[in-house]
Amino acid sequence: MSDWLLPLADFQFLRRALAGSMILAVSMAPLGTMLILRRMSLVGDAMAHAVLPGAVAGFLLAGFSIWAMALGGFIAAITVAMLATLIARRTREYEDSSFAALYLIALAIGVIGVSASGGRVDLAHLLFGSVLAVDGDGLALAAGVATITWLGLAVIHRALVLSTLQPGFFAETRIGTVAHATFAALVVLNLVAAFQILGTLMAVGLLVLPSAAARHWATRLESLIAITTLIGICAAVSGLLLSFHADLPSGPAIVTCAGAIYLVSVIAGTRRHPERST
Amino acid sequence: MNSAADRVTAGGVALTGLCVRRGDVEAVRDVTGVFAAGSLTAVIGPNGAGKSSLLEAIAGRLSPSGGTLECTVPASDIAYLAQVSHLDLRVPVTVFDFVAAGAWRRTGIFAGVDARLARQTHAALRATDLLDCAGRLLAQLSSGQLQRARFAQLLVHDPQLILLDEPFTSMDEATTSHLVALVAAWHREQRTIIVVLHDRDLARELCPTTLVLDRKLIAWGPTEQALAAHRWRHVA
Repeated sequence: MSDWLLPLADFQFLRRALAGSMILAVSMAPLGTMLILRRMSLVGDAMAHAVLPGAVAGFLLAGFSIWAMALGGFIAAITVAMLATLIARRTREYEDSSFAALYLIALAIGVIGVSASGGRVDLAHLLFGSVLAVDGDGLALAAGVATITWLGLAVIHRALVLSTLQPGFFAETRIGTVAHATFAALVVLNLVAAFQILGTLMAVGLLVLPSAAARHWATRLESLIAITTLIGICAAVSGLLLSFHADLPSGPAIVTCAGAIYLVSVIAGTRRHPERST
Repeated sequence: MNSAADRVTAGGVALTGLCVRRGDVEAVRDVTGVFAAGSLTAVIGPNGAGKSSLLEAIAGRLSPSGGTLECTVPASDIAYLAQVSHLDLRVPVTVFDFVAAGAWRRTGIFAGVDARLARQTHAALRATDLLDCAGRLLAQLSSGQLQRARFAQLLVHDPQLILLDEPFTSMDEATTSHLVALVAAWHREQRTIIVVLHDRDLARELCPTTLVLDRKLIAWGPTEQALAAHRWRHVA
């Protein structure tokens, strides 16, 4: 066991990646819990894919700067989310198909951008993450995003919960819309902060899997968030060690660990019965 | 003479040639009349007659597609109780928090539950016989208890104009009489109440005034006369 943990003491990059992924797990826990309650898991997935072209554009314009890539990714994902929502509201298209359509377009543009860069961008690192990539700036980004996330959620918490429970709760006011938009922006911020370690393809894994697993152990919101945080941190630590020892990309390694916890939860979880659906 | 708005006092709602579209369908056509301040009106009609659309228009959730709707009550003083299916019970919210949330217009959405709101919430829970359920999640309630919790939220809201969309549908007898008593108490407090009903006997028992709607206005007046006019039309 201690042999397994030893590399953490030896390698600074691994400690940084560990700190970064644990920060992300803490930041993503309450978001993921609300994402699932709002039935937006797949929308989160779509927004994660939409980060890619923005991150590539940031790289092509400013080189390997985490801030440029994060800003690009944020703009791209927010644009996709707003366009998809607009199309669903203004036309006869459903929101899930408009999101699917736009994230596919974004993903394709992103991959074309990588090809056009003539090998300067490592697609595998962008899609699947890399423990080596986390520097001090990356850590600062994750910590900043986590802080904004918890503060932001504290502000919109009640509005978000009540408008999730009952979409028309806030009647003619814009409170529900503002809460929803803020929530979506926080999700995108987290996906952007996560793409270094997890990759754009895997970033949503730490958002969705721990909270999906937690639902098999708890019902109340506070317990759901607490258990989600715990599962996220476990997945992050074990995933990074797995990534190091088995020489795997860090994103899939962390997501595999989260997935294992999820499957165990489905089989052994204590909350077995579906809630009333009316 | 043409405008009902001239005849409405504060607390009432006046409709003049009101039309409401829901998507491609004109759900309500050319309805004129007044819900007087402090009145208790039943809205009766077949399925698809535009009853819910009428309520949503008064609640400000659907815009009139024609005519005018003069509502003298500010939006913050209107309570609209939609059908139960609008609640997503997967969201874990306790009965206490749900009922206390009825005060958001007064307290804003950031304020916590202070002693005063806690007292109001407890009073509302007591009035709806839900004190024992205060800490339970909404998903753990029976459908009757859930409906009572929604009424308790209205009690905390304390609105002037109350719009109820089929509040007694699929409730058992005990729950129905409990909720009917609450509505009657609101009526005694001079609140303006509009309630969509399917049960004519209940309309006779509870509501002095009835509006019979089948997209167009069929009858609107004292309950017995309105229902009689409706029956006559069907025979003819």
